[in-house]
Amino acid sequence: MGSGVLQIQDLQKIFGGLRAIDGLTFNVCEGQIKSVIGPNGAGKTTLFNLITGVFPPTRGRFEFMGMVLNGRKPHEIARLGISRTFQNLELFGNMSVLENVMLGGHNHTSAGIFTAGFRLPGMRQEERQIREKAMEELHFMGLEGKAPLGATSLPLGEQKLLEIARALATRPKFLLLDEPAAGLNIRETETLSQTILAIRARGITVLLVEHDMSLVMGISDEVLVLNYGRKIAEGAPREIQRNPEVIAAYLGEENGHA
Amino acid sequence: MHIILAIALGIGVFPWLTGRNEYFISLLVFMGINGMITLGLSLLMGYAGQISLGHAAFFGLGAYSSGVLTVQYGLAPIAGFVFGILLSAAVAYLVGKPTLRLKGHYMAVATLGFGEILFILFNELSFLTGGPSGLSGIPTLAVGGLPLEGTAFLYLVWGLVILLLLFSLNVINSRVGRALRAVHGSELAAGAMGVDASRYKVQVFILSAVYASMGGSLYAHFINFISPSSFSLMFSILLLMMVVVGGTETLWGALLGAAVLTLLPEYLRGLEDFETLAYGAILMTVLLFMPKGILEGVHRVWAWSQRGS
Repeated sequence: MGSGVLQIQDLQKIFGGLRAIDGLTFNVCEGQIKSVIGPNGAGKTTLFNLITGVFPPTRGRFEFMGMVLNGRKPHEIARLGISRTFQNLELFGNMSVLENVMLGGHNHTSAGIFTAGFRLPGMRQEERQIREKAMEELHFMGLEGKAPLGATSLPLGEQKLLEIARALATRPKFLLLDEPAAGLNIRETETLSQTILAIRARGITVLLVEHDMSLVMGISDEVLVLNYGRKIAEGAPREIQRNPEVIAAYLGEENGHA
Repeated sequence: MHIILAIALGIGVFPWLTGRNEYFISLLVFMGINGMITLGLSLLMGYAGQISLGHAAFFGLGAYSSGVLTVQYGLAPIAGFVFGILLSAAVAYLVGKPTLRLKGHYMAVATLGFGEILFILFNELSFLTGGPSGLSGIPTLAVGGLPLEGTAFLYLVWGLVILLLLFSLNVINSRVGRALRAVHGSELAAGAMGVDASRYKVQVFILSAVYASMGGSLYAHFINFISPSSFSLMFSILLLMMVVVGGTETLWGALLGAAVLTLLPEYLRGLEDFETLAYGAILMTVLLFMPKGILEGVHRVWAWSQRGS
């Protein structure tokens, strides 16, 4: 387990008196699809916000491909090759579908305020490349027909896919997906699981937070179970489904509701 | 593009239609100078989401750079113009770098303080600026011995306005503009996509300071005399009002606002004692009924009349 792309050691985050993440240690290996599950409030989204530098941890250390992430700002972490989607959609409502994805290519272009203002020669070519790359990602997500529309005018399911397209346009090595299946119907979820497998096939490591158990158990190489900010189990989907502590804390509760 | 051509044509023929009336020409010159500054402010407010209460100071830096270098040191006007740009850019960097890292209205407060400091310096550095009684004898611009006065100066000012407008439009429709709009749309997502929000905010602040400085240099050479009172907080607020009244959504709104608020006091002058009262009432009415500015209001009325017919 030492060869993780992402290594997290003894991570802790305290909000006021609440221990949102408490002494969490785990690795994600290259090329894996690893899922994080747990009841609401278990600290899953907090974990994503910590990894992407939205706020600093109270204690603990993260490394990505040997580089320490602590103390880096979100845009610096993005430049290292970590991208993400958001549980509550964070699309740019003031931009078109295509422009949203083009923004994902921000770090692979360099035009500054002068190059842009004077329309210097390099810029047009750069704009064309970034547009083509964005169209490729829209095509990959099956959204190519929606390019000129306003981003927030899409139905919810497509907005979720658009967030993934935008994240892919950053050419990430590591992708964090925060509840991508929430609000999708069964058919859309099935397509999504194929899409996530296709993302992995592109060599991108995936960390997935998701409530949809059939999706998680169907595509994950490993599953990490959180409860009240602590790890209660970690392993292959098959083992997790049989783990009595997990059944008590999470799956049991879920069955109780159903 | 059609609108830009229309503006160019309008400014081009206007002097000839009015018999090159000096009063009308000077109004159009002031409109252009104000428009230059509001273009930059509009980029700062509408795209970087920041408010500056110190743009009169950058306007002043440009004006005094031109005034002091030509009058006290006998340098060519172009030296003052360029020096003003460099000085304003450097000062904007020093003011913007620490404040634009913070979220919220720190920028407004910092620029307010900065404007007051410069206002005091314009008054107190009298060996350079002439102090409160002002600096006179600033030369009129000339090309090859021919003075650039009246119509020629008008063309120079509006030529620059159009260049700055094109530059600004290019910036907005580029990677940089996309990044700025993204920060406006969701700063969280913009950061996660690798956009360094504070870097772009600083760049736009510098750009807007440079626009104001250019306006200041032209102003100094146009009226040949400057004194600190032209660069007070009141002027910063007036510039802000121009952008808000015109509409912060687009650059065109900034130009429209500059035009309207440059002309309005002239039309209200006949009211004498009631001028300020009427001015205030008109501004309040506009903002109550067209909170997104006149440009948006006109669009709405136009759309409504189209539906009716």
